Amino acid sequence: MLRNRELTPEIEEWRQIIRQHAVDCGLDFFEVLYELVDYDEMNMIASYGGFPVRYPHWRWGMQFEELQKQYSYGLAKIYELVINNDPCYAYLMRCNPLVDQKLVMAHVYGHSDFFKNNCWFAHTNRKMVDTISNHAVRIRRHIDDHGQDAVEEFIDVCLSLENLIDPHLPYFAAGEKQSEESLDLARNEAQGVRFATKPYMEEFVNPAKVLAREKEAILNKIDESENLPEEPEKDVLNFLLHHGQLRRWQRDVLSIIREEAYYFAPQGMTKIMNEGWASYWHSNMMTRSILDASELIDYADHHSGTLGSSPGVLNPYKVGIELFRDIKMRWDTGRHGKDWESCEDVHGKKDWDRDEDLGLKKIYEVRSTHNDITFIDEFLTEEFCDQHKMFTYKFDRQAGKYILDGRDFSSIKLAFLDQLSNCGRPRIQVQDGNYGNRGELLLKHIWSGTPLKLDYASRTLENLYKLWGRPVFLETIIEGKSKVLSFNGSAHDEKSSA
Amino acid sequence: MRKIDPDTNRFRKIVRGKIRENLKQYVSQGELLARQGKKVVSVPLPQIDIPNFRFGDSQQGGVGMGDGEVGEPIGEEQGPPGAEAGDQPGEHVIEVDVSLEELAEILGEELELPRIEPRGTASVKVEKDRYTGINRNGPESLRHFRRTFKAALRRQIASGSYDPKKPKVIPVREDRRYRSWNTKQVPQSNAVIIYMMDVSGSMGNEQKDIVRIESFWLDTWLQSQYENIETRYIIHDAQAKLVDAHTFFHVRESGGTKISSAYNLAKELIQKEFSPVEWNIYPFHFSDGDNWGGDDTAQCIRLLQEDLIPASNVFCYGQVKSAYGSGQFIKDLREGVGQDDKVLVSEINSRDEILPSIKTFLGKGC
Repeated sequence: MLRNRELTPEIEEWRQIIRQHAVDCGLDFFEVLYELVDYDEMNMIASYGGFPVRYPHWRWGMQFEELQKQYSYGLAKIYELVINNDPCYAYLMRCNPLVDQKLVMAHVYGHSDFFKNNCWFAHTNRKMVDTISNHAVRIRRHIDDHGQDAVEEFIDVCLSLENLIDPHLPYFAAGEKQSEESLDLARNEAQGVRFATKPYMEEFVNPAKVLAREKEAILNKIDESENLPEEPEKDVLNFLLHHGQLRRWQRDVLSIIREEAYYFAPQGMTKIMNEGWASYWHSNMMTRSILDASELIDYADHHSGTLGSSPGVLNPYKVGIELFRDIKMRWDTGRHGKDWESCEDVHGKKDWDRDEDLGLKKIYEVRSTHNDITFIDEFLTEEFCDQHKMFTYKFDRQAGKYILDGRDFSSIKLAFLDQLSNCGRPRIQVQDGNYGNRGELLLKHIWSGTPLKLDYASRTLENLYKLWGRPVFLETIIEGKSKVLSFNGSAHDEKSSA
Repeated sequence: MRKIDPDTNRFRKIVRGKIRENLKQYVSQGELLARQGKKVVSVPLPQIDIPNFRFGDSQQGGVGMGDGEVGEPIGEEQGPPGAEAGDQPGEHVIEVDVSLEELAEILGEELELPRIEPRGTASVKVEKDRYTGINRNGPESLRHFRRTFKAALRRQIASGSYDPKKPKVIPVREDRRYRSWNTKQVPQSNAVIIYMMDVSGSMGNEQKDIVRIESFWLDTWLQSQYENIETRYIIHDAQAKLVDAHTFFHVRESGGTKISSAYNLAKELIQKEFSPVEWNIYPFHFSDGDNWGGDDTAQCIRLLQEDLIPASNVFCYGQVKSAYGSGQFIKDLREGVGQDDKVLVSEINSRDEILPSIKTFLGKGC
């Protein structure tokens, strides 16, 4: 059922005002199209990951039921939903009071600016709404041809490996192609070493036999280096796409899943910054210019609800907004650089102010060039950790509880970065596509100190087998020992690796 | 119809599969009864998810914010803190609402229960094929002419080969659309379930629980088979009484046992309210098998032979094992009316035997 999703005149009026404020703040965003939706539409769109149309799959239905239930019991409510697209689409909940609508609109302009300017989003598809509905059409067509069960099962298999992509790939793709070309070039130019000599001595100084032998040796060397993959491949999905035993429709489905995974990856990599940036600007705009005095309490309530953190849980909104504020303060007062760091005078540090007023410029620069890891790595300071009472925790086996471990800055930073690296997921790459010279597949878990969840790993291997079509292996470390897990289509095995 | 409904249905199908897998456990634990709402039952299920490579053992450390001294526990109630909280399967159970009808279907599939063919001319179950959808594949005889041409027209306009001055539309293989159908069953019939239970002192709580669980599933199944279903409850010790469902499952009497009193009351009930011509009648009797004396048992057999069995679709007797019951009655029944295939008896010694017992009662499909 299509209901009118146009904004009411009142909200529309505010939209224009807020948009102008956003422009005045210096935000440079994709135009935002707001739509007014009911809660079940909102839940539906949220279940589809923000998009109005997705390919048919049960997990949207599961998410939808969960959201509906949470909403109807009053446990959770979705405030904002915005899609990285040009133009940006954002949804407002029809039943929200005006102050919420204002807050969400202001917040969304922050996101839109971030999508447009952050370099990690530079390679994302800005017509994703169209692309994703095309994906839906393609998958529907496969369903018509091969039946829903077959296609859905295959999608499950693909999703199981969905996060085995290389988010940095879009930035190196060009370079990789070149290396393949240069390999061909090397092959064509391969020849033995020829010594300069007089023509009548040629036959003796550079005998044809020796030259041919040398050329062959060089070619052999090139071919030898041509392992599959040449270098360990981080984009496992791509490797499977090209080398897996797949039928044509399966290849198409896998390529769709991969494309969508690449689209969503930067959002995982910039969660703290993105939310922090949007919150920074909604707070800035709301409290300076948009808020009516009568709305203050409600605004403060909702704002603190978003930024509130329960003990032990890091709220990305909170960390993000506070870090941006901290950076602005530091660059406004000049509390950075060598002078600041080498200063040991406590009072001098306390009143440090060099009137540089570079804060605004700095945060705009930061929002363009950083992702969460570099953001934390560069701007998390000891002062910040103290001020915001950050700590590390660990699991105490005796007590069976998580306990506060310490407040030491360097370990906080280390643990934080660890938590963020590869979006908190294990790094896994294709090591050998012709393992044991039997056309079997060897993946390697790049050890970072945390073991894999083994039951999940073996179930995932089963899915990997379905894509590869030959036995699959995974090298990892279990209980301190290097092991190779495998699945050969019927049985699992675990061996110590050499 | 919302856009997401097909996805929700796919999800429900998976849920149904999971319930089927664990049906025995759900039945013997009687867990679902307490979760019964008006039309739905809320079923706890282990998280359904897609496996991937992830870090195991959520007991890794992390970073948090807030007050506290070193060594103090944090976030006790939330389980594992950190960004990954709640992301670990096995720690969290989802609850899914399942309608009673769906539950009946699952039961039917699992026990391979035949669909009941009701009696009487007025009670025919209709199976109807309805052409409700459009598919890209299908037999030529079902080709949807208009939709095919629409698709062709759309394609031609999109590719620019359509000329409004010369409106020629030629469908190609890609454009063809076919009607697709669904089969629907429409139940049209009446039935009454008459539950009878011995509530004499020897029937303890465990026995009553078993009866309650079993009757829940019997209800659920029969309800799915008939359009209109009535339920009556009769309790008896030495005397029989017509009661409501709550009393039926909760009352506790003492005293002797005269089963014939219940059969008599059932007979009267049928005569007064439920004419066998119009109603499908299902008497279920549960006891621990004790009866007061041989005379009464003989009278029971007579009542069954002359009145109850001819009037009913089936007559079911479930004997629940109790510490005091002699278990004699089932033997008498087998001797007296056992050869009649409308009489179904089963012994329920423990909760695990509820499912087979249901199968015995409903497995004949009448």
